[in-house]
Amino acid sequence: MRHYELTFIVDPVLSNEETQVISKTYQDLVKKQGCQIVHIDDMGLRQLAYPLNKRNSGIYYSIEFTSENGEAIAPVELSLRRDERIMRYLTIALDKFGAKYNEDKRNGLIRKSQKLKRKPSKDGMPLPVPTPTPTAPPVAASSPKPVEVASGGEDVVSDEV
Amino acid sequence: MASQEDIKFLSNPNIGKQRKKYCRFKKFGIRHIDYKDPDFLAQFLNEQGKILPRRITGNSLKYQRKVSEAIKRARHLALLPYVTDLLK
Repeated sequence: MRHYELTFIVDPVLSNEETQVISKTYQDLVKKQGCQIVHIDDMGLRQLAYPLNKRNSGIYYSIEFTSENGEAIAPVELSLRRDERIMRYLTIALDKFGAKYNEDKRNGLIRKSQKLKRKPSKDGMPLPVPTPTPTAPPVAASSPKPVEVASGGEDVVSDEV
Repeated sequence: MASQEDIKFLSNPNIGKQRKKYCRFKKFGIRHIDYKDPDFLAQFLNEQGKILPRRITGNSLKYQRKVSEAIKRARHLALLPYVTDLLK
């Protein structure tokens, strides 16, 4: 089982429902290829760094999924390429650190560490990513969570030092 | 008694000294660099949006490669510019 991540940019001219439908169709398409969806990250409307198809903003979606092999990706990419409402897409294979990173990010662990390490280099720009919200979902497993966090952090430190 | 503080220098002796560079990924145990985080990746770019060399950032080769890969992915997704002026 490998983790893959598919990010695509939807045309911002479309209405909210239409973009929802587009994201749903690609989720279904990924599922139909026999992949399990791990997480869907709706990054929302963002300013583009340079114009794409004469648009200055785009709606970003990121789907993380697991698949036995990479054969599922080709048909999904083909339909993304044919769809003119999709402005850009990118599929990458995540290594184990990438999968761990995404899981930590969902649990709201990443934001803190990034702020810390960003401090010394330059004045922190406010992040548009709404990551503080994912802390809410693990309600049932709230008590063992901090223990995991602490041990995970120590492991990493001891590995490196 | 002349203590360390009493010694006067004509110029600040610490000015010419270089602080030791280090790889922040090794130091803080960061194993994965997210291409969807342009604010973080902007630390490794100059004002024209070019990738800074290792001799300035101090990254180890392993993580410099990962940083450059993440920056190139972010550029493809229009999260970072290919060319620009006054990025910062």
